[in-house]
Amino acid sequence: MTPPPDAVAHAVTEAADPRLAKKKFLHDAAERVRDSGHRAFVRKALGGYYATRDAQKARYRDYEQARDAASLAKWSAVNRLDELLPLFAANFAKNGGQVHWARDADEAREIILGLLRAARAKAVIKSKCMTSEEIHLNQAMEADGYGVVESDLGEFIQQLRGEPPYHFVFPCMHVRRDEISDLFQKHLGSAATSEPEELTMIARRHMRRLYVEADVGITGANFLVAETGQISITENEGNARLTAGLPRVHIAIAGIEKVIERLDDLAVLLPMLATAGTGQPLTCYNTLYAGPRREGECDGPEEMHVVLLDNRRSAILADPEQRDSLHCIRCGACLNVCPIFKNVGGFTYGTTYQGPIGSVITPHLRGLADWNHLSGASSLCGACTDACPVRIDIHHHLLHNRRNAARTAPGFLERLGHRLFVFAASRPWLFAAGGWAFRRSLGLLKVLRPPLLKDWLATRDLPPAPPRSFRSQWGRR
Amino acid sequence: MSPTRTGGARETILARVSEALRLPAPPPHLKSHALEPAPTGGLPVLPLEAARPWLPDGGDSADESRRILGENLGRLRAEFHRLADTAAAAEFVARLARDRGWRRVALHGDPLVTAAAGGLACDTYRVDAGSFDKHALEACDAGVTTCEALVAQTGSVLVSSATCGGRALSVLPHVHVVVATADRVVPTLGEALDAARVRHAGRLPSMLSLITGPSRTGDIERILVLGAHGPRELLVLLVG
Amino acid sequence: MRIDLFIPCFVDQMAPRVGMAVAAVLERLGHACGFRAAQTCCGQPSFNAGYWDEARAVAIRTVGVFEGAEAVVGPSGSCVAMLRVFYPQLLAGTPHETAALDLAARTFEFGEFLVKKLGVTDVGARFPHRVTYHDGCHGLRELRVKEEPRLLLKAVRDLELVECDEPESCCGFGGLFSVKYPMISTAMAEVKGGSLARTECDYIVSSDPSCQLQLDGWLSRNGKKPRTIHLAEVLAGADA
Repeated sequence: MTPPPDAVAHAVTEAADPRLAKKKFLHDAAERVRDSGHRAFVRKALGGYYATRDAQKARYRDYEQARDAASLAKWSAVNRLDELLPLFAANFAKNGGQVHWARDADEAREIILGLLRAARAKAVIKSKCMTSEEIHLNQAMEADGYGVVESDLGEFIQQLRGEPPYHFVFPCMHVRRDEISDLFQKHLGSAATSEPEELTMIARRHMRRLYVEADVGITGANFLVAETGQISITENEGNARLTAGLPRVHIAIAGIEKVIERLDDLAVLLPMLATAGTGQPLTCYNTLYAGPRREGECDGPEEMHVVLLDNRRSAILADPEQRDSLHCIRCGACLNVCPIFKNVGGFTYGTTYQGPIGSVITPHLRGLADWNHLSGASSLCGACTDACPVRIDIHHHLLHNRRNAARTAPGFLERLGHRLFVFAASRPWLFAAGGWAFRRSLGLLKVLRPPLLKDWLATRDLPPAPPRSFRSQWGRR
Repeated sequence: MSPTRTGGARETILARVSEALRLPAPPPHLKSHALEPAPTGGLPVLPLEAARPWLPDGGDSADESRRILGENLGRLRAEFHRLADTAAAAEFVARLARDRGWRRVALHGDPLVTAAAGGLACDTYRVDAGSFDKHALEACDAGVTTCEALVAQTGSVLVSSATCGGRALSVLPHVHVVVATADRVVPTLGEALDAARVRHAGRLPSMLSLITGPSRTGDIERILVLGAHGPRELLVLLVG
Repeated sequence: MRIDLFIPCFVDQMAPRVGMAVAAVLERLGHACGFRAAQTCCGQPSFNAGYWDEARAVAIRTVGVFEGAEAVVGPSGSCVAMLRVFYPQLLAGTPHETAALDLAARTFEFGEFLVKKLGVTDVGARFPHRVTYHDGCHGLRELRVKEEPRLLLKAVRDLELVECDEPESCCGFGGLFSVKYPMISTAMAEVKGGSLARTECDYIVSSDPSCQLQLDGWLSRNGKKPRTIHLAEVLAGADA
């Protein structure tokens, strides 16, 4: 059963031509910030986050130490990926699981479609998985004729709307309850209601039937534990537990960077994921899957597969300066605190991974020249880095991306402008003269509105130029 | 797909990873504690004692831990009941079933569970007696399981597919009742995971799950709703 | 102590009164101030745009300009962060690295300098107005300056200090970001400016003239009452 997509005015997947990605970004950003109702709604949705998170942080005896421990657990694992990735694969296989390796999105899709064919699947149920968004798995499965249903409530709503997730932890945070009611009336034939609880129960009743009927369940994985050969899945709703519990076949897809060394590492990573992501002490269900149903167990899938995806993660790994962006546990904290995200919304990024971490990794995953504007669209306030539970140097990586872009694909005029500025800055008399000229002509410039100044003056005033500079006044003291 | 292509994928990815790691990355900027070199001379490690005490206290005594467990369960909107013995537990469960009008209760063959469900007047469904019937389970009003641990520090229930009636029993029915003896209470998450790894060494259950409160979602305008897909209610009965 | 004033190019040309106020406060406290006229710009615009080779040339020059200075004090969180945090990175691996680290150790933001280096919180100022404080992101997150300006303001006679409801939210300047992504920058100014204006203050105190430019620009265009004032001007006793 594939629900038909709703045509929604601001649904964005990607720019058809990546070189237009920047233009689309600027266009969408301008449109989004004009929609003050939308911005207010999103701000309200994220408004409770700070208080809840801070209350939970206060319960830690030493939150900063916890960040250190989490950071170190991921650093150790990522920097020993050559050892731990095969170890995970071997241990998972020992538990009866089947490992598949995918170099890129195409290969991953091919593998999963092959597994669906072999399983003679008819109904596929999925739990939330950003990696599956990254490889556009749903579209591929639907094209091959499989009915796919997203079981996570937020993802289900987005699926009905024909939109990708707005935020990787809160997929439909931009949607109002009356819009959800209309959606359910239209697609599920339910009665109109504006109560969140009733809407949730409608989805619950609808989904229960699907869990029981599905023959393949597809999930992601938050962590891959090398020591034990288990995958760890974190969720609040219980839909992933049902997706991995009831169908005959369980397929999990995960990026290779999800590997951690020991089960014990979860004792710090699971609480940090919950606290930073949603302000909870622990997310409702944290489940470790070692393999298919064991002999003696009364239920569970007959087959379990893990698809390990590279898709240019090894390229980020090869950059020692930005390797720590692979420590990301996809908690979403950086999105929650980012003023850019809160003002332009999740769709404006035009790519799978939004927000600050998305702006860091997307140029690596999809091309620096085409996607560097995401690293440019930031005031470098650093709120993201402060919020990150595993201490990724997020905002500095935006700077690093900008530097890399300037080196490999500099803008001619832009570089010329900087070189002229530097030329002047190396000669104090010239610099002072330039400053004097600027002050004298500011009045005229405000009228003429040359580029850059024009962009400022569209929405903000500029002060009048003072008659004398500091150095001039100081000289006369 | 051809075996050579997939065989090639593993080798290619591992080769890329090895190549990538030839350049070392700087260690993270830690705020606390100087890093100590690992005993094997490999990557630095944070002293284990330093890594431990960051979450709230799980209690220094059994009484303390029980108290903290109860508090945390309350915060999670789960119910916590202390019962003197299995007879009291059976009476509690039977009364619950009558008050709620339950017609069918699912359970598994653990002795504590069968004892606690012993007083039920309504139908019961044993998930592990004969072949598993997911339709029968779906029709049940409640599920009763035991657990491997109750984690005081987080208010979590640790269940496994090997010892707690499989995978679906503790998540599909609308109400989940957990029956456990007091010795199942452990202070911290780290200890619970450690104990599970040791307990199941060599033969891991296919599923281990930490349940922290009833199922919930905030997807609709960030308003908390219980019972998204998993149980709407979670009750923990501590016996003895 | 002889203090070398670090006057950012923007302050030099567009907000000289801020530089004069810094000197006035430091001199009132009994320190001699110097201004090395060879200084021009710290190179931050080029650095933030990714043109590090160009920025490096400016950095090398600036390190040379301040050679031998006992203390370098500047009224801008972002420019001081450039010297203290980013010059060592920019000049790492060059023959100027040591000099950059040396300069970094002697460079301070104005409020931080008063409280942490001079050990002063009361500079004998009077400013009979209701004010709120805007934390500039570089000062807050790169230099970890948060309490110092507030301690200084609380010691000012007849000054009423209130906090806004979005204290750590970015004003949206971000250097060239403000004109390359003007719609986002303006939206951020609207959020922060709105929050600051809601305190019903007379003045918004800032330690970063670039934040001042952005906030004043938005406040004035949108008919809001308060205007920004630099911390140095408040402490110099500027009384409207």
